[in-house]
Amino acid sequence: MQRNQGRREGSPFTGLGPVFVKELSDHLSSTRMMVLTLFVIVFGALPVGFTLQTLRQVTQSDQFLFLRIFTVEPEQAPISFYAALTFMIPLMAIGLGFDAVNSEFNRRTLSRVLSQPIYRDALLLGKFLGGLATLAVALTALFLIVFGAGLLLLGLPPRGPEVARGLAFLVVAIAYGGVWLAVAMLFSVIFRSTATSALCALGLWLFFFILWPMIAQAITTGFAPSQFRSVDEVLSLEAFGQALQRLSPGTLFGEAVIGLLQPETKAFGQFANLVMQQTRGMIQGTPLPFDQSLLLIWPQITGLIAGMIVVFSIAYIVFQREEVRA
Amino acid sequence: MSDPLEVDNVIEARGLLKLYGSARAVDAIDLSIRKGEIFGLLGPNGAGKTTTILMMLGLTETSGGSIEVLGFNPVRQPLEVKRRVGYLPDAVGFYDNLTARENLVYIARLLDIPRRQTTARIMEALEAVQLADVADKRVATYSRGMRQRLGIAEIVMKKAEVAILDEPTSGLDPHATFELLEMIRGLKKANVAVLLSSHLLDRVQSVCDRVALFNKGKIALMGTVVELANQVLGAGHPILVEASGIDVPAVLKGIEGVQRVVPEGGAWRIVADRDVRAVAAQRIVAAGGSLTRLAELQPSLEEVYTRYFEEARRAA
Repeated sequence: MQRNQGRREGSPFTGLGPVFVKELSDHLSSTRMMVLTLFVIVFGALPVGFTLQTLRQVTQSDQFLFLRIFTVEPEQAPISFYAALTFMIPLMAIGLGFDAVNSEFNRRTLSRVLSQPIYRDALLLGKFLGGLATLAVALTALFLIVFGAGLLLLGLPPRGPEVARGLAFLVVAIAYGGVWLAVAMLFSVIFRSTATSALCALGLWLFFFILWPMIAQAITTGFAPSQFRSVDEVLSLEAFGQALQRLSPGTLFGEAVIGLLQPETKAFGQFANLVMQQTRGMIQGTPLPFDQSLLLIWPQITGLIAGMIVVFSIAYIVFQREEVRA
Repeated sequence: MSDPLEVDNVIEARGLLKLYGSARAVDAIDLSIRKGEIFGLLGPNGAGKTTTILMMLGLTETSGGSIEVLGFNPVRQPLEVKRRVGYLPDAVGFYDNLTARENLVYIARLLDIPRRQTTARIMEALEAVQLADVADKRVATYSRGMRQRLGIAEIVMKKAEVAILDEPTSGLDPHATFELLEMIRGLKKANVAVLLSSHLLDRVQSVCDRVALFNKGKIALMGTVVELANQVLGAGHPILVEASGIDVPAVLKGIEGVQRVVPEGGAWRIVADRDVRAVAAQRIVAAGGSLTRLAELQPSLEEVYTRYFEEARRAA
């Protein structure tokens, strides 16, 4: 057949810029974006407001007080800012990506756009980057609001390391959003109906948030021996359970954020922490320097980025094979 | 296009093949479209017209054979082809939330038209299709005919050398159809080769220089409308005679040069090897009949089409 007739010519990125700019401006001016912003403010500002109230009553000195805004569970509501983000970000990403490709198909604009000098590569990548940039804009705005509120209500400026950790948190949050954006776009390529694609993406989101922790727990328990013979056995079982949990992007995000925002974190998992303290003489409560924290969560960050790339690649392959005709 | 004889062809297909599984959607067709002509692809739905068009644009892979558009291979050099070819898909869609101008700006960016020229070229194109006064209205408010015209405007703005229009007139009212066909003629005047697919035969007949009749993935007939008529309906001058009071067929058969006399809805159709209208009128009047109608029949594409598929069905 024709496949081995030779390589196609021209850069796959021809036209990437215009697609990116159009997607970004479409997103930023859309009603959907306003709804999402409202959503973020309600779900993000509420925990932060409560947390700030709680923090103002803290009297003991804490060198990372500013970062506590993100992690402390307030007294009034059992949800911290980062926990709210863990489920908010996927929702935003799905909202931005679930109809990326199939809406073009349904509006019958796809064949017209693809008849311009542009490869499908550029169209899909432009849409993805446009969505990611929108997400980045929204998250940055949210961070600035939280930082500002912290400055006003706590009356103390964040120190250098805290700012660095906060920025790293922002980057991890965007990567986490990228994974879910890629998932939403994958469904938008697979399904012609936007409703089906949104439903599938939300279904997967619910699965990872509600069902997967229980399933992973059940599997781990199933593998547990009736009697532990050594500490290593306990540790390896915990590692196995964690590995299962980490298949969920939410877990990776949660661990990365904890590693960044709670500098005392030296290992993930109850037993692992205990072993670290007892065998390596680490003292609980002493913070790690920023670079050591970053090293600790490096696997989580690469995991998120790799997941994003893998899911996007699958969407890309499916899109290449799709017929453009109605 | 190294062959100097074929230098005037803008599209050249040889043994072009498209398989969907074991089904042959396009079955080894040969097709060449010349510079500056309007070429019609005709045939029932599912005959392979749209698939052929998509292969020309590199929007779907070929399964065999070769195709060249303006000297470029759409499989390997789709960007070069798509830079020079304008395409108006069947039931074209635009971004409804944007205005006509904004829709064209997006396409201009994709085409990498210099920013300083963009505004002028868009206005020029919108004027050519008489949409300049609604350029800043959202496309959501456009009628179907206006959308099709906006599609033509896109091709004008692109300064395409070849325009491929898939069912451009389907779903339009007669007036909108007329306007659109005028614009297609305008493209031809601007020296753009036009390839259009349609099933509205009488409309196609009025604009097309040559047509190809598709049937089950193959090109059944190709040529000018007159050539096709001669091939399917037989050569000669068809005449329609309506008369009463005498034995009309007998009189008509007596005329020199008449080959066939066929009754047709209360009248008779004659096929002769020359124009026998004057003689026929004389004979009928001389025999005492009253002649009510005498007309030379233009070969109609519809007739060719109907007759061809009737015969194809009978042969099957």
